[in-house]
Amino acid sequence: MKVPVSIRGLSKKFGSFEALKDINLDIAPGEFVTLLGPSGSGKTTLLQVLAGFVTPTSGSILVAGEELLTKPPHQREIGLVFQNYALFPHMNVFENVAYPLKLRRLSRSEIEIRVRGALDMVRLSQFIDRSVDKLSGGQKQRVALARAIVFEPRILLMDESLSALDKKLREQMQIELRHLHERLHTTTVFVTHDQREALTMSDRIAVINNGALIQFDTPRAIYDRPRTRFVADFVGETTFLPVELGTGGGASVFGTPLRLPDHAGASAANSRESWLALRPEKLAIGPVVGPEAEVNSFSAVARETIFQGDSLLVIAGFADGQNIAVRLVPQEANRGLVPTPGQPIHINVHRNDSILVSGDV
Amino acid sequence: MLTAAASATQIRHYQRLWLYGLCALIFTFLIVPCVLIVPMSFSASNYLEFPPRAWSLRWYREFFDSPEWMDALWLSLRVAGLTTLIATPIGTAAAYGLSQMPERLTKPLRLSFLLPMIVPNILVAIGVFFVFARLGLNNTVTGLVLVGIMLALPFVLVTVSSGLQSFDGNLERAARSLGATRLKAFLTVTVPQIRSSIAAGALFAFVAAFDEVVIALYISSGENSTLPRRMFANIRDQVDPLVATVSSVLVVASIVLLLIVQIAKRPEKGAAR
Amino acid sequence: MTGMISAGAPGSTDTTYFARAERKEALSFALLAVPGLVVIGLLLIVPVGWLFVLSFIGKDGGVSLENYARLAQPVYVITFVTTFQIAGIVTVGSILLGYPVAYLLSQLSPRAAAICMIFVILPFWTSVLVRTYAWLVLLQRRGLINSWLVSLGIINEPIPLVNNFIGTTIGMLHVLLPFMILPLYSSMKTIDTDYLKAASSCGASPMRAFWDVFFPLSRPGLFAGTVLVFILSLGFYLTPALLGGGRVSMWSMQIATNVSTYSNWGAASALGVLLLVVTIAILAALNKVFRVDKLYGGR
Repeated sequence: MKVPVSIRGLSKKFGSFEALKDINLDIAPGEFVTLLGPSGSGKTTLLQVLAGFVTPTSGSILVAGEELLTKPPHQREIGLVFQNYALFPHMNVFENVAYPLKLRRLSRSEIEIRVRGALDMVRLSQFIDRSVDKLSGGQKQRVALARAIVFEPRILLMDESLSALDKKLREQMQIELRHLHERLHTTTVFVTHDQREALTMSDRIAVINNGALIQFDTPRAIYDRPRTRFVADFVGETTFLPVELGTGGGASVFGTPLRLPDHAGASAANSRESWLALRPEKLAIGPVVGPEAEVNSFSAVARETIFQGDSLLVIAGFADGQNIAVRLVPQEANRGLVPTPGQPIHINVHRNDSILVSGDV
Repeated sequence: MLTAAASATQIRHYQRLWLYGLCALIFTFLIVPCVLIVPMSFSASNYLEFPPRAWSLRWYREFFDSPEWMDALWLSLRVAGLTTLIATPIGTAAAYGLSQMPERLTKPLRLSFLLPMIVPNILVAIGVFFVFARLGLNNTVTGLVLVGIMLALPFVLVTVSSGLQSFDGNLERAARSLGATRLKAFLTVTVPQIRSSIAAGALFAFVAAFDEVVIALYISSGENSTLPRRMFANIRDQVDPLVATVSSVLVVASIVLLLIVQIAKRPEKGAAR
Repeated sequence: MTGMISAGAPGSTDTTYFARAERKEALSFALLAVPGLVVIGLLLIVPVGWLFVLSFIGKDGGVSLENYARLAQPVYVITFVTTFQIAGIVTVGSILLGYPVAYLLSQLSPRAAAICMIFVILPFWTSVLVRTYAWLVLLQRRGLINSWLVSLGIINEPIPLVNNFIGTTIGMLHVLLPFMILPLYSSMKTIDTDYLKAASSCGASPMRAFWDVFFPLSRPGLFAGTVLVFILSLGFYLTPALLGGGRVSMWSMQIATNVSTYSNWGAASALGVLLLVVTIAILAALNKVFRVDKLYGGR
């Protein structure tokens, strides 16, 4: 069953510290939403409010039209996966997963069927009788997940659930969670500080910083059209060049006017300062290829190149001392486009990849 | 739009009222006997009564003026002090040694150190009395101190061991990599880190040695009676408030010690954890 | 690792070098424990061992089992039964009173918990003699409890609360209660609140979360406290001696009487050895089942 979640005016103060500032968020039924932000941004607090373990100072959360905040945590029909899994150590795998069903007084046979089903879905059927302390991190993760979905909750919450896993396992779990979501279609709220994780898994990402919602968009929109410097900086690698705004709505960098995309960020024009956000992989080195009107070109001097396995990073310096990073894929590197240190180069970027962002965080 | 919402915490406080009430009763049960003695000791009459009909310091004067009681107090303090001075290093060394050894070897050793707590006092009392009688150690300070050390060791060991558990062994290894010998690293790095555990162990050792009654009943009497020994005899034979006075002095001393421990613990908390 | 080094490469050292060095190190650590062990050996093991030997020496000076045989007499059997009865009642009482207190302490904020802890720690620090004496005063005919009960109209005249079974039990319960509370508390503090939150998210009400998750996880501390209180009760001397009025025949008192009054070392030592054996047997059995030793300084 897919339910929409509507968060309105949610605020939380701990003493004088504002953990959440007037959050408004509409999650569509069956959507996978990631709350993305640095530590202390308030994303975990928001999740705890959803789960019922923290009382907000004001606000409302409507789930399928019903107010959620008046219900105690054990009546909210929300599945929760903890960062440290929180598997009951005195119960084995089967008992852990069966626990929510036992509380709902299902029959033994019904419980058996559902538990096996849940463990099948997380591909852990063979561990059904195992005691919990004999499991690896990844296996514990799956049991925690099975326990959270076995009672078919309306909402699934995951709090940095993958942070404790090592890189390879983590990436594997990300894809598996994605597949699981495609099967179950449960409305899911996922908390992480890892932007790559957010981009991989989400239908939409809510970027949160200092207790406020900065941007709520699809991964592509967050990446290609960040609204503020914070979002552009937090998601993906970026070099920021200071922009002088002209009177006629134009902008220039290093004195040279910029060619901007058709959908130039309106927010940029309204804020005090603006920046040009450049992603390393969108940049090219060398003579300009293609119509001049489509490209912005900057002069720089190559400083060093760093081999990073799947790509090559070229660090170049501008006349004013600022550095910029350009990422070259193997094809470009092999075509002899790698500059030597000290070599003057041209850095080119298509106007559609020249994003203006406001300086407001 | 809501300004307040139901939460798990709100519900918990309400449901917990019965728990608060029950615990208040149990706390009363625990604390009243300890503190009730104090006002009783100020009673002017020859009998124990509460509340005292008249207040007076006569029993305090009698206590502090009595050479027998003061001798007993002094003896107990000396014995407890010597015990602490000797038992603390021995126990700390043992705790450190055991912490560095593999688990399977330490279990029987740890158990041995806990024996004074497991073996019933009365048994140790008559056994030691028997052995001391043959060695001429009954009614001597040496005998009392030896027994005190034996009783204090488990306390020191357990306290220092638990302090070592939360101690990061890497600090010692770092010191050794910088050139310190094992002993120097222990003294200059480990000991300062666990000093609150050592101090707590020493304090427990002192109290354990001071309060010991049962064994003292057998190996200390007459001139060389410890304070608890004299109190025991007094309780059995007389009913005047003098014992209440001595008890009050001890209770106040306990409170003072407790406060010292609490105050000493606070700055340490950030470091050791 | 040592295997690789003995591959015969030039300049490699014999594998036994490392094994010997390791053993030397373990030995020097063991040596640190020796002074302590010597003290305990000489002042505990030797005297108790001597008693053990004494218990097998009969009236005529020869080796015999008569001391143990005499333990089957009614007067001793009553002693054993009484001792176990009181130990049992005190243990159950300390569980019933101690668990709520430990639970409350574990749930309070650190500051509130520290304040409430005083109510547990102060009795713990106060000498047993002082506390027993205090109960003697409180429970006597003209004592506070009786006066209070009479003034409330619950009873018409003072009831004998001391110099009997009741007084002894109350006194022992008071002395031993902190020994239940402290291990329980320290075990409860290690229970991660996330477990309770997880139970809650699974749909458990606070009451169910307590019984299904918290209580089972508090069992190690509960066993540790139970074992400690029971064993201490068995060998307790002071409180029964002062509060029992001679009417309550406890194991420890029988031992004392046999030595002080009758100089019957045979009976005293036999009683003592039997008490020790029973204590150790209970400790070993419970430890095997519940792994209590982990809570006392082991890792």
